[in-house]
Amino acid sequence: MNAVPVADPRPLVELIIDGQAVRVPQGSTILDACRQEGIDTPTLCWAENLTPVNVCRVCIVEVENSRVLVPSCSRGAEDGMVVATDSERVRTSRKMVFELLASSVDLDRADDEVHAWMDHYGCDPGRMGDKADIATVAQPPKVQDDLYVRDYERCILCYKCVEACGEDAQFTFAIATAGRGFGAHISTEFDVSLPDSACVYCGNCIGVCPTGALVFKTEHDMREEGTWNEDAQSVTTTVCTFCGVGCNLELHVQDEQIVKVTSPADHSVTNGHLCIKGRFGWQHAQS
Amino acid sequence: MPDLRFGDAEPTDAERVAVDEVVAGLGAVVVVEGERLVYAGHTRTAERRNLLLPALHAIQRASGWISPGGLDYACRQLEVPPAEAYGVATFYHLFIHEPPESPDVVHVCDDVACRPVGAIRLIDELRDAGHHVKASPCLGQCERGPAVLVQRTGDHDLTVAPGTVDEVAVAISGRTSTASAALSQAGSPDLRLLARVGVADPESIEDYRAHGGYQALDAALAMGPDRVIEEVTTAGLSGRGGAAFPTGVKWRAVADQQGRPRHLVCNADESEPGTFKDRVIMESDPFSLVEAMTIAGFATGAEQGWLYIRGEYPVATHRLRTAIDQARAAGLLGDDVAGSETRFDIDLRIGAGAYICGEETALFNSIEGFRGEPRNKPPFPTTHGLFGEPTAINNVETLVNVLPIMLDGGEAYRATGTERSPGTRLFCLSGRVANPGIYEHEFGITLRGVLEAAGGVVGADEPHAVLLGGAAGFFVRSEQLDLPLTLEDTRAAGVSLGSGVVMVFGEEDDMVDTVRRVAEFFRDESCGQCVPCRVGTIRQEEVLARLRGGATLDDERELLDDLAAVMRDASICGLGQTASGAILSALDLGLLEGSR
Repeated sequence: MNAVPVADPRPLVELIIDGQAVRVPQGSTILDACRQEGIDTPTLCWAENLTPVNVCRVCIVEVENSRVLVPSCSRGAEDGMVVATDSERVRTSRKMVFELLASSVDLDRADDEVHAWMDHYGCDPGRMGDKADIATVAQPPKVQDDLYVRDYERCILCYKCVEACGEDAQFTFAIATAGRGFGAHISTEFDVSLPDSACVYCGNCIGVCPTGALVFKTEHDMREEGTWNEDAQSVTTTVCTFCGVGCNLELHVQDEQIVKVTSPADHSVTNGHLCIKGRFGWQHAQS
Repeated sequence: MPDLRFGDAEPTDAERVAVDEVVAGLGAVVVVEGERLVYAGHTRTAERRNLLLPALHAIQRASGWISPGGLDYACRQLEVPPAEAYGVATFYHLFIHEPPESPDVVHVCDDVACRPVGAIRLIDELRDAGHHVKASPCLGQCERGPAVLVQRTGDHDLTVAPGTVDEVAVAISGRTSTASAALSQAGSPDLRLLARVGVADPESIEDYRAHGGYQALDAALAMGPDRVIEEVTTAGLSGRGGAAFPTGVKWRAVADQQGRPRHLVCNADESEPGTFKDRVIMESDPFSLVEAMTIAGFATGAEQGWLYIRGEYPVATHRLRTAIDQARAAGLLGDDVAGSETRFDIDLRIGAGAYICGEETALFNSIEGFRGEPRNKPPFPTTHGLFGEPTAINNVETLVNVLPIMLDGGEAYRATGTERSPGTRLFCLSGRVANPGIYEHEFGITLRGVLEAAGGVVGADEPHAVLLGGAAGFFVRSEQLDLPLTLEDTRAAGVSLGSGVVMVFGEEDDMVDTVRRVAEFFRDESCGQCVPCRVGTIRQEEVLARLRGGATLDDERELLDDLAAVMRDASICGLGQTASGAILSALDLGLLEGSR
């Protein structure tokens, strides 16, 4: 009979969030604790399948005796911590982070949640000035091959694509942050085109992009033509047939054509990541 | 085979030689079959990737820019992915990414201290004279602006201060920087940190010893590490870089990390506008820093010291290199420091134009060969510092304070200054004072006293405004002249001593332009990692530009306050957290109305 190893249960730590005592396993983040309690917390650069980089600062909370607000996504929950998730300071900073991003980046294709949060906090990015008069990241999309489009005027610099290309998934390191300050941007070396870079076209950067800056060429073209319609799409889960690993695929189909392929972030085999074959090798299914 | 993909651009012979010199000693990358070499292989990160910044300097010097062939060659030698190396190279102002227009790049400081003394005119004049000129943030020569740094291809860089078209030409043809300025307080018996400045030969260890050098190390070695830390704790020494953290507490925390490799890092990336105190020490008394670092390494159990100096200090860099070499030759650095069977050595690392690298965790990333982006804290450097290992990191001025503590004891040190701010403090006087320069005073002297010691305000009895503590500090006006300059009094007054900057402005100075330049500085120096600072600093600058263009403050004040709030509360590091302090203080004091 096979013994199933069971890890020792992790000790619990108890903290106070918004006045309520919360017990979570040691090693949990404040964000984990908030989610366990059903406290909705906005995130942009956080993803369950990536190491937290805590750069967007939208998940910040107020921790008693901390001079500044702390990112809940990466700060560990500690015994006795007193956390406020909806204080005046938290609301102001979250609202400002969304306003700053929306004033400089095109968020029209960001996840619906982003727009819901902006409504929640009463964001008015227009008060930063007319977009024609202030600095933005507006630029034409980079269309360099038949698989991806990189539309960096939609990039909020969440580092997710860099993480997925590097240590968190693919270990290819084709892209990195270059430049500095407001000029910081995602780039290959010397901005060479993707086909000339180390890119292996796994598409894992597309899989994690929260704002539609990185998209399938199919999606980009259909949006340009005005035919992209998510309401008319069905999603079919299947298993990739190219090798024996057993990656789950989600085929997004519109008008009987596969328009996009994803994998669930909580799938134990892929953690949401695929290779070029699973991500893009579906033409034969339609021939 | 390594699975990193490199480009196919070829390096020039000069680039190949320059990079090979940096990597010398490590040998060629040896690839074990089947080994997956990614991220420079984690075990190799410390060994090779930390040579990326020195390699970039070598390429820049050899070719006048970071060429694709040079960068690719360095990547192959160091096993760094080219995209990441490019990301690192483009992080720094002093690296150039286009083929050079001329062999020399003339950087002219147009920051807050140099603008009122003709920096803008000098930029035009140098351009007219045919130079390739780049406007630069503060070059740390604020007592003698306008400051010029000449970055040369194939040769060492030069500092010219004050800069004129003729002086720049003379410096380039003679390959020499302007000599270090004399100290106004030279010869004063009250000097503790500056006693050797201008007195001892900064390039001779014998002369350093003849002026009391290395007695403090002898005393420390006799005491043993624990007693050294006790004395520093008794002395009440606090950090002089701006945050004023108790040095003894920091050292104790690192010393307690027994059994792990530990590091001692000297933060000499002095880049706060208006600050030049560390430069004066490093140029004129470099051995004192080497000795103090050795004591700090001994006390904390760190066998490796790292001295990270900003790239704009060629004279200080040369003197420190000389001092480290001489100390090593004299057995005062190395495997057996002064016969004590203690190992300690110093690696000199040179920044490349990034204020943010003065933030301690950004500095670690910079040394490690990554972009100088600050890390989230906690964890703190005492447990997770350089290479993730326990690290004591101290500012130059903080470290040299250890010498008098070793010689006279913590109690004697504590008797100077005030109860809660013991010791002396270096002040960087610039702007409208009769004798700009560096001054050493006991904590507790008033701002008025500091100005009087520098010969008083030029052309007026009192200053129109003073920028106290640097761009990350605050403006004050004449009502604050009797403020005792201590940590506790400045904190109570809602201001800060910061890095000891006292920059004086007169009625004739354009404060709207000055404040706008402060905003520009933070926008320029933001690393770009977190949203509040990356976008907040540029929005703040835009508001100030609108004010300069005639917009009314009432319409913009709410936005400015909200920008200040998000930057202060939600930025990752101190840069964003302090980026609005000076600007809001100028508004609150009505400095902008007065000048318009």
